[in-house]
Amino acid sequence: MNSIPLLSLVTFIPLVGMFVIFLIDRENRGLIRGVAFGTALVDFLVSLPLIFKFEPTHEMQFVEKIDWIPQFGVSYHMGVDGISMLLVVLTTLTCVICMASTWEAIEKHVKEFMILSLLLETGMIGVFCALDFFLFYVLWEVMLIPMYFIIGVWGGAARIYAAVKFFIYTMFGSVLMLVAIIWMYYHQHEVTGVWTTDILAYHGLAISPSAQMILFLAFFLAFAIKVPVFPFHTWLPDAHVQAPTAGSVILAGILLKMGTYGFLRFSLPMFPDATLASVEWIMVLSVVGILYGAWVATVQSDIKKLVAYSSVSHLGFVMMGMFALTVPAVEGAIMQMLGHGVSTGALFLAVGVLYERRHTREISEYGGITKVMPIFATVFMIVTLSSIGLPGTNGFVGEFLILAGSFGEYPIFTVIATSGVIWGAIYMLWMFQRVMFQKITKKENENLKDMNLREMAYFAPFIALIFIMGVFPTPFLKMMEPTVVNLIKQVKGEAAVAEYLPAQREVPQAVADGTVVVNDIHNSRL
Amino acid sequence: MMDIQIPDISLSAIAPEITLTLTAILLLMLEVFAANKGRDHLGYLALGGILLAALLTTRLVGDPVSTFAGSYVVDNFGTFFKLIMLLAVGMTVLMSMRYNEDNGVDSGEYYAMLLFVTVGGFFMASGADLMTLFLGLETLSVALYVLAGYTRTRLASNEASLKYFILGALSSGFLLYGMALVYGGTGATKLAQIGTAIAHGQVSAPLVAAGMLLMLIALAFKVAAVPFHMWTPDVYQGAPLPVTAFMSAGPKAAAFAFFIRVFAEAFPAMQADWWQILWLLAVVTMTVGNVIALAQDNVKRMLAYSSIAHAGYLLVGVTVASEAGVSAVLFYLLIYTFMNIGAFAVVSVVAGKGEKYTTFADFAGLGFRRPLLAMTLAMMIFSLAGIPPLAGFIGKFYLFMSALEGGFVWLAVIGVLNSVVSVYYYLKLTVYMYLKEEGSAVEASTAPFSPAMAVALVIAVYGVLAIGVMPAGYLAFAKTAFLSF
Repeated sequence: MNSIPLLSLVTFIPLVGMFVIFLIDRENRGLIRGVAFGTALVDFLVSLPLIFKFEPTHEMQFVEKIDWIPQFGVSYHMGVDGISMLLVVLTTLTCVICMASTWEAIEKHVKEFMILSLLLETGMIGVFCALDFFLFYVLWEVMLIPMYFIIGVWGGAARIYAAVKFFIYTMFGSVLMLVAIIWMYYHQHEVTGVWTTDILAYHGLAISPSAQMILFLAFFLAFAIKVPVFPFHTWLPDAHVQAPTAGSVILAGILLKMGTYGFLRFSLPMFPDATLASVEWIMVLSVVGILYGAWVATVQSDIKKLVAYSSVSHLGFVMMGMFALTVPAVEGAIMQMLGHGVSTGALFLAVGVLYERRHTREISEYGGITKVMPIFATVFMIVTLSSIGLPGTNGFVGEFLILAGSFGEYPIFTVIATSGVIWGAIYMLWMFQRVMFQKITKKENENLKDMNLREMAYFAPFIALIFIMGVFPTPFLKMMEPTVVNLIKQVKGEAAVAEYLPAQREVPQAVADGTVVVNDIHNSRL
Repeated sequence: MMDIQIPDISLSAIAPEITLTLTAILLLMLEVFAANKGRDHLGYLALGGILLAALLTTRLVGDPVSTFAGSYVVDNFGTFFKLIMLLAVGMTVLMSMRYNEDNGVDSGEYYAMLLFVTVGGFFMASGADLMTLFLGLETLSVALYVLAGYTRTRLASNEASLKYFILGALSSGFLLYGMALVYGGTGATKLAQIGTAIAHGQVSAPLVAAGMLLMLIALAFKVAAVPFHMWTPDVYQGAPLPVTAFMSAGPKAAAFAFFIRVFAEAFPAMQADWWQILWLLAVVTMTVGNVIALAQDNVKRMLAYSSIAHAGYLLVGVTVASEAGVSAVLFYLLIYTFMNIGAFAVVSVVAGKGEKYTTFADFAGLGFRRPLLAMTLAMMIFSLAGIPPLAGFIGKFYLFMSALEGGFVWLAVIGVLNSVVSVYYYLKLTVYMYLKEEGSAVEASTAPFSPAMAVALVIAVYGVLAIGVMPAGYLAFAKTAFLSF
């Protein structure tokens, strides 16, 4: 399609910026910040053509493939489909916003912070683009080091505990996945006679159901810890609360999506039998996660911790949608992944704005902030409502599609999960009321400055996305639909998605008669 | 009547060994002159000899050459180990110059001893006869006993030397006894002949089995496998830092060469008997090494336990004993040499004169006080922990891959879980360097590092990055190293 290696550019531009910063004197903070922000911005702009040039099919696009370690059959293989492309752009955008948000928040060791942030960006984008097991695993682990340092050096009081816990917890999950990958590598050689670590070669590989289950569990552990699925979530509140604002935004916005992305890219298409056999208990875990996350969030006294637990709840919805395995539900799950990245990212930024002014995250320290910070109050309100899932915001689209798509298959789970939406409204609005409304009780709050231009600027893209995705989600859905249909076809067979496939093989009688237009069925699900 | 047969002797095949020996003797002679005392140029002379030997060694890559009536074989397997030894000794010389000056060590004998260890290691890597192997091992060991106690004024160093000597002599006894039994059982000392005899069943099985077990014990001692590891922490902690660095890589590689040669060439027919012992040895070694390392508060001692754990990972490859297993061991030892000596080199800079600062607390705040030094150490540490894209990851990847290929699924699972455990104590060092507030040790590491040390660190960083990101070339070499075996 084009000869420019777009994905490599998007992946490695941050690395170039990192080396530039490496050479800058550490006292020259302005320049360091400028270069970091500039790099992220350029990277975002370079990633935009991915959207415009993307063709809505399920094929991998912008593919690059070069031999890397021929002895193992490992190649440098990059490519995106309808799911990963959107996540790549979300990542580049989030990174621009993060760089802007750290302008004043990070004062200590600016140089190191920017170097690590850019390294992290390369790792994150790479994970979404990698189409080779080895490459994927390398990048998956590469992300650990910068995040560990970001939490550990620039975090709050309990940062060391949180950072080490984050590192070891995540690593524990991924090493068993590594063993599973290597096992599959030999298995695939036995079946096909080719040594390769190409991920696509493993889609549809014949594996016996019992082996599938073991492999599925090994992958499940790695991804479930990252998501995090209840009961593997305990690292998350620690990491989120201790991390600096930019770290929390990246953690919530991007890193958690690595887990759900992993399910879509690996677990579902590679182990369809195990997936279908596991749906029930994963549904149970998801529903427990939804309710447990919501309940625990309700009683938090720390705003950041509240947002962290709300993530557990929201990601429960994503898990539920993915494993409901209907087209609307999976599309809803992906919308929720994107939506959660935007709204929770924005929530953490909002908490960061408050924290920079008052240096506390206790809800009881605030109250009546609306009077002194009206612009902030508006922004915070929008973000809060989007997190709750008010119609017209991005949160609604995702949750609605997930619940609507799951109901047909799993009515009881869906009904219970729906109550999680109500709990979401309770803990968010109650928090908002205590922080923003009521009377100002603390003297320190009387003279808080409202948001400045820079802060408004970095909230703007998120606010815009909240409404765009909320009011007009069709372009997003259109981009991911062929991929999702293909995915479900891989798991459940062609019959499950017959209505979404081009009507070539079995044209239903009604369609042939002209009484029902195929497109109507297609569109009616919204 | 018997004719005296003069065996075929190919001097070109042992040119590297000759070079190293001559350099060592030259060093001993030059050392006598007072003008040369405590000067770097003896070190540079040693380096010159090492480089020349390396050049000669690379010329021997290719088809195997058997010489000295089949008691010495120069093949790619041995050559690969020799290159590892040379890398280890080269980096050690580079990091020793400053250390010797600071600690008042007489340089000439020191470098000569290092070279003798290397020559001994060469004989272990290429020996095809039990006698040659034993002579190699003793040459290496005796020189190492001396080196461990080289800083005579430090009590710990003396203790290390004595401990190492007594236990080392005991293990040599086991080895010899084992060799004698194997000879008695098979009537041969050449590895190939022993292998053929066992394969054809023309042996006294109990004698051979007992001999093999005794040799296994001695070799387990040399590679510091649990439960024969007791000497390691004390010796590693007591010996001068550059010697510790060297011991953990060079002689260890030689011991593994010995190990693999004997078990893959002389006892392959008995694999059904010994793989279970080695399996257990590997599991216990890595687990005990990692678990005890968790509790250390001295960096040097932590690295000692970590090296025990790494011996456990390497034993995985020996247990598998397949083509992939052996080349994985070679490959991992190469990487291990870069990262472990690199780590010890940084520790020796921080430790300063008299090795005063070697506890974790002394590393507090190093990350922002000396960013480059700390970054180098962090890279070595993450590589030891097996985090990609650093070389340690691909090394472990290949090792555990060979285990899965051989059907040792549980061994691989235990191995990767062990590396998660190891992450904790490796991270502890980065916690001190970067995450803790700058501590009391501000006066500690003011020592600048010498140009030679800088070169050593650059080599280590290069190795860890280059093999990590672009492993293809090194892997190809490691693979050919087994084939010509």
